[in-house]
Amino acid sequence: MVENKIRILVAKPGLDGHDRGAKVVAAALRDAGMEVIYTGLRQTPEMVVNAAVQEDVDVIALSILSGAHMTHFPAVLELMREHGIADEVLLTGGGIIPDEDIEALMEQGTGRLFGPGTNTGDIIAYIRDWNESRP
Amino acid sequence: MDEHANHDVLIEGVLNGEWRATARAISIVEDLRPGRVEILARLYLAGRSSSVCGITGPSGAGKSTLVDALASRYRDADERVGIVCVDPTSPFSGGALLGDRIRMNEIVVDPGVFIRSMATRGSRGGLGRAAREVISIVEATGTERVIVETVGVGQIELDIAEAADTVVVVLVPESGDGIQAMKAGLMEIGDVFVVNKADRDGADGLLIEIESVLALRTGQEWSPPVLTTIASQGQGIEELAEAIDTHRQWLVSSGEGERRRRHRIVSYVKEIVLDALATGLWEEGGYSDKLDESLQEIMAGRKDPFSAAEEIVSASRMLESLNMDTD
Amino acid sequence: MVNKEQGQGMSGKSDIRKDEERWHEEVKDLAEIRERFITTSSEEIDPLYTPTSLDGFDYLRDLGFPGEYPYTRGVYKNMYRGRMWTMRMFAGFGTAEDTNERFKYLLEHGQTGLSTAFDLPTLYGYDSDAPDSIGEVGRCGVAVSSLEDMEILFDGITLDQVSTSMTINGPAAIVLAFYAAMAEKQGIALDKLSGTTQNDILKEYIAQKEFIFPPAPSMRLITDTVEFCAHDMPRWHPISISGYHIREAGSTAVQELAFTLADGFAYVEDALERGLDIDEFAPRLSFFFNAHNDFFEEIAKYRAARRIYARRMKEKYRAKNPRSLLMRFHTQTAGCSLTAQQPENNIVRVTIQALAGVLGGTQSLHTNSMDETLALPSDKAAKVALRTQQIIAHESGVVNTIDPLAGSYFIESLTDKMESEAEEYFERIEKLGGVIPAIEKGFFQQEIARAAYRYQKEFDSDERVIVGVNRFVEEDEKIEIPILEITEEMHERQVTRLRALRERRDEDGVKEALAEVRRVCSGTENVMPFLIEAAKAYCTLGEIVDVMREVFGTYREPSMF
Repeated sequence: MVENKIRILVAKPGLDGHDRGAKVVAAALRDAGMEVIYTGLRQTPEMVVNAAVQEDVDVIALSILSGAHMTHFPAVLELMREHGIADEVLLTGGGIIPDEDIEALMEQGTGRLFGPGTNTGDIIAYIRDWNESRP
Repeated sequence: MDEHANHDVLIEGVLNGEWRATARAISIVEDLRPGRVEILARLYLAGRSSSVCGITGPSGAGKSTLVDALASRYRDADERVGIVCVDPTSPFSGGALLGDRIRMNEIVVDPGVFIRSMATRGSRGGLGRAAREVISIVEATGTERVIVETVGVGQIELDIAEAADTVVVVLVPESGDGIQAMKAGLMEIGDVFVVNKADRDGADGLLIEIESVLALRTGQEWSPPVLTTIASQGQGIEELAEAIDTHRQWLVSSGEGERRRRHRIVSYVKEIVLDALATGLWEEGGYSDKLDESLQEIMAGRKDPFSAAEEIVSASRMLESLNMDTD
Repeated sequence: MVNKEQGQGMSGKSDIRKDEERWHEEVKDLAEIRERFITTSSEEIDPLYTPTSLDGFDYLRDLGFPGEYPYTRGVYKNMYRGRMWTMRMFAGFGTAEDTNERFKYLLEHGQTGLSTAFDLPTLYGYDSDAPDSIGEVGRCGVAVSSLEDMEILFDGITLDQVSTSMTINGPAAIVLAFYAAMAEKQGIALDKLSGTTQNDILKEYIAQKEFIFPPAPSMRLITDTVEFCAHDMPRWHPISISGYHIREAGSTAVQELAFTLADGFAYVEDALERGLDIDEFAPRLSFFFNAHNDFFEEIAKYRAARRIYARRMKEKYRAKNPRSLLMRFHTQTAGCSLTAQQPENNIVRVTIQALAGVLGGTQSLHTNSMDETLALPSDKAAKVALRTQQIIAHESGVVNTIDPLAGSYFIESLTDKMESEAEEYFERIEKLGGVIPAIEKGFFQQEIARAAYRYQKEFDSDERVIVGVNRFVEEDEKIEIPILEITEEMHERQVTRLRALRERRDEDGVKEALAEVRRVCSGTENVMPFLIEAAKAYCTLGEIVDVMREVFGTYREPSMF
């Protein structure tokens, strides 16, 4: 009767207050049967990674629409490495992120990043696939 | 992979107060993964030292803010704090949205604070058991304080009352209208009552109303204090901390703590036994099939449920052994 | 040719009703291409609207004439025949120099008013060199940390010749003080300044989430600016009560309408409590709405807004000056409706939305640039967006007659429906104890989140089609729009200037001015004159906000699940 729920942290780093996407995605993930820890706005990388460790999440999802993605994603990645969770926790997210920045961030170690107009079904499928394919 | 060795490291990590190990141990218990019984059993023997305080009340009462303020107060006294926030699992999807961290900005990056958000899931044994097990892991880390926050709806708060030493019921002036009508449960389980957002209209009225309801609670040695707080400004937190400690001291001096503990252990063991029996019966003993057979007959009106149950119980007496670790 | 009188006389309501029933009977089995026909706000729309849809409709009571109560048809008597709407394009990025250049570019291309976007640190009251500002300086707007930045931002622009809108909320009083101090230093009297500060904190708590202080002191700051402007800056609109962000956060059109008006009435009540006379400040209140894709729903929304507002201002708040009853509003096309895919399609969306704003009787209009889902607008994209307005104004012919859709069975019944649904929301808000308690309970936030999620599910299931995104998709699309980049160099330039200012200014004067701000914030005096003094002493935004934060405290969002 092992019940492996996917636990996922949804956070809004930085000063950006546009939380529509984060909340919609959080609700969609909940409805897909996941446990979503929603931290709300104005999260620092320390807050994000600290929460990820204590909540033992499988996935961290950041939503950034302010253009500060090249600051926040790498900062979170670095702290994930420092805390030793970079290998087991998926860092994904979305927002207004130009293609070349997505490429650069994925090269640094993030998972897929989703842009405006994404079907939440794609996000759910991506996370489930990632979870299934874990060693 | 050597699960056993892994758990040694994990258990040691919990006992050393490492948050990552603690978090992982909780997941293993929540997920009912292999090794959970071993982890729980060994951590149980590591003893308990924490004061477990449950904070409950209707949604919008400012519980998370109060927990934030209370934990900050404990941190000022250099006590480590473990917090477990319990929210309901969606019955439709099995998922949950856990948003208590939103209100805990003061303490979320404090290395002396561990916060775990927990969904009720409701897989087996009720929340009381799952929460108690999570709490026991947090206690094993050696935090001086454990706070369990739950929304005061349905069965949840009663389960939490079982798991906590001291139950703090938080109300706000807006909840005034319905105190009398409020489920007896909430008013009966409180060891300490708090009127939060006490600067709002109606706070005085609520205070009086609570006191008059509590006056009806007879035959109890402990008379619950009713405090006022403005958690967002830290007001009244000191008094709350003192009230919690006073209650804890009373638990010790009156012997009530001992009684509660005994009761808790008995019901815990009974739960474990029931659980093992059920698993043995339905999952391992193959009695689900037997039930299925009876189902047709019951549906057709040829057999009553009692006879069907009787057959299963009689047959199951022949079960030779039970596997306690019901992984 | 049918005689008009005869045409009306011949078919009574009961005849129409009978025929209508027959018609419905005949069409009910016809196959339809969709299961439901819904608006952008997920409202189902009937196949046909007729005179029977308007039972109880009373022309004089419900519409009246343009420029006359209840102003459903427009706030001015001759509307666009007398004066075109103001074409006001929101601009701001990088440092003050960068935005100053864009301002001049837009003015040269025929824009008639300025609209300033500030970056996130400024919106939160942080200086550009604060740790919280890292990564955000100049990204979503221009960085303004002091009067000096403000002076560079408006360099070469004659302040009494232009109207300036500033999208700033939490620290609006301070930024307004920067603007006023700049004018005073240039010898321009404050009563010559025209423009708007958004200064709408309630919608920040509700939707945009860029708040600093708790509601009570925030309301006090706003009422301070309202009072100050009523006396000293009579041409300034101290607040622009904004539904735009509520809609962008995912609300329905009715929620946008109801929540915005509820906010507006909350400001009115706060000012009345201060002892201001309604007719002293109400004529300077202005509104700001979104223009989304659903053409008729949007037009009905604007018309309902004007009518509800006029009725309440007159009946509930007893305004006597007709100007107090006018809901004047700015409109911006819906940023959230734009797609990153096939971005050129956005030009078409913006055109439809802008047209709705114009047919809804807007006083000013910002049209979004096609590249806004990718980054800040490039010069070219901003120009096309401005041209869109000019084409509507000069080529489409929609300005020739006032409120041309009035009398449409559909538009009027939609207008009525929105009004009554808004009234229902007002009642619910009232029951929760008013706007601020409702905010603290997360009521608005939950209503909006629910609507946003419903919209997303309609999209996810392909019930809601978005061209180029879930239908008519181009595989392997390469986006070929030049994107404006914010460079590190801009950030460095800004931080260097700020540090030089701190070195240069008179520290004693700064300390003194900040101490005054602290004293006044702790009391009840109007804070504006002291903020202007602090601005002149070159206190930075961050320094002033720090003082206020200490006095007022900070706000955290309610947990909402």
